[in-house]
Amino acid sequence: MDIFAQQLINGLVLGSIYALVALGYTMVYGILGLINFAHGDITMIGALVALTILQGLAAAGLPAPVLLVIAGGGAMIVCAALGLSIERVAYRPLRRAPRLAPLITAIGVSILLQYSAALVWGKQYIALPKLLEPSAIDIAGAQLTTLQLAIFLLACAIMAALLWFIKTSRMGRAMRATEQNPDVAGLMGVNTNSVIAFTFVLGSAIGAIAGLMIILYYGIGHYFMGFMLGLKAFTAAVLGGIGNVGGAVLGGLLLGVIESLASGYIGDLSGGVLGSNYRDIFAFLVLVLVLVLRPSGLLGQQNGDRA
Amino acid sequence: MPADILLAASGICKHFGGLAALSDVSISVRRGEIFGLIGPNGAGKTTLFNVLTGLTVPDVGKLTFDGRRIEGLKPHAVAGHGIARTFQNIRLFGSMTTLENVMLGRHLRSNTGVLGAVFRTRAAVAEELAITRRARELLDYCGLAARADDLARDLPYGDQRRLEIARALATDPQLLALDEPAAGMNATETAALKALLERIREDGITLLLIEHDMKLVMGLSHSVAVLDYGEKIAEGEPEAVQRNPRVIEAYLGSGFA
Repeated sequence: MDIFAQQLINGLVLGSIYALVALGYTMVYGILGLINFAHGDITMIGALVALTILQGLAAAGLPAPVLLVIAGGGAMIVCAALGLSIERVAYRPLRRAPRLAPLITAIGVSILLQYSAALVWGKQYIALPKLLEPSAIDIAGAQLTTLQLAIFLLACAIMAALLWFIKTSRMGRAMRATEQNPDVAGLMGVNTNSVIAFTFVLGSAIGAIAGLMIILYYGIGHYFMGFMLGLKAFTAAVLGGIGNVGGAVLGGLLLGVIESLASGYIGDLSGGVLGSNYRDIFAFLVLVLVLVLRPSGLLGQQNGDRA
Repeated sequence: MPADILLAASGICKHFGGLAALSDVSISVRRGEIFGLIGPNGAGKTTLFNVLTGLTVPDVGKLTFDGRRIEGLKPHAVAGHGIARTFQNIRLFGSMTTLENVMLGRHLRSNTGVLGAVFRTRAAVAEELAITRRARELLDYCGLAARADDLARDLPYGDQRRLEIARALATDPQLLALDEPAAGMNATETAALKALLERIREDGITLLLIEHDMKLVMGLSHSVAVLDYGEKIAEGEPEAVQRNPRVIEAYLGSGFA
């Protein structure tokens, strides 16, 4: 089996999930200048809600696609409501506060979500019931399962739809205008409060789908799973240029590939001292390198460009 | 000239800390006229614009527009009542195209929701087409049709000023408030601007104009008000205001009055 091709496939699939989560970070940052550190945990809630729905309905004998649609839909509704309430309760009152205040609040919300989830679901790992029997396709000496393919295609479809929506729709125009100048957008009749609320709803609902993908991919869920996922997605957003929607997609895919390839070769490169369980090093190595070498990210605007 | 009052501001006060940016300012703008607002730098003209358009909430004072009270309303609600404005320091959406800037101005007069856009309902598609068509008309009206697909930040300065006007017109205003539209323009551009403003007025839109170019503002305006240190020191027809000793003093110093 070809390690390179295999790790490339794994990386693209994982990266497409990172990209979905990174979109939530980058959209909120673009419009509010706020790093919503609770976003990873919103994804975790989505994952656990989907997991619970799947467990509850596993015995009902429904076909797997129907189950997945129900689980995904339920998770999206819960996460959208959660994102909406967090914006309303935690961030909106701090809209005019110094930037540090909402940032610390975001960390607080993140911890609140983690331990609320621990209360509801407990602190143990929760296993996904056996639903799917993915078959494997052979590509260039590597295995691509149908599950991986489905995750990747769905993620790409969501990202393309989002980019199209922001580029061409009336609401997308209002989002871009609010991002560039909320006061002037208001004068043009844009209700900036509802645009901001909508951004949270959209990011959270996309995060819920990413959560469902994560539990399907790894087969387990846990109250703390949003932490590392959130940090990696944040890294992906920074890599692509935080605030730039296209950049989040690029950053996510790239980070997934870097991480997979590096963890695939780390054993050989370090002479067996380090194993693939050190994979998390690479995401944060990337973060440090980006912040040092190109803080505005791959597609981000250089500072000072905002006149 | 119809005599009915479109906009009446009365007793407007606004303090920033110890500074009285506006103290007890009242103006009334008649429907269909061009109303000039002049005064030295720092006199409070832009603050008055901000109060009118909901960007700044006045400490006290009443604003009546088209028979309705509008003080304290949010900017998008004020815009909904029919007041649009441009800015002294140009505030376009720089990374959107010229056309998109004007299309955004149509936001107020359109209502496709998220679901309509996602499912491409017939109404949503028709509305988007109507928005695009109206935006192109306005670009044409303001002489910007050739720049429709350029990014707003790449336009020359005079074009950016006219794009601000086109974007403001897209909200279907009854009153268009222009904050120094001729600033930085050369003589040719100013003459074109003057023609554009007269045409806008002929098309039935009332204009409120802050301008330092005295020739332009006195030539265009039917009434003029003068602010100095946050107070209104004169109001009336341009010729009378120009002869008013307090106005001459404010502009030239006490030795000339």
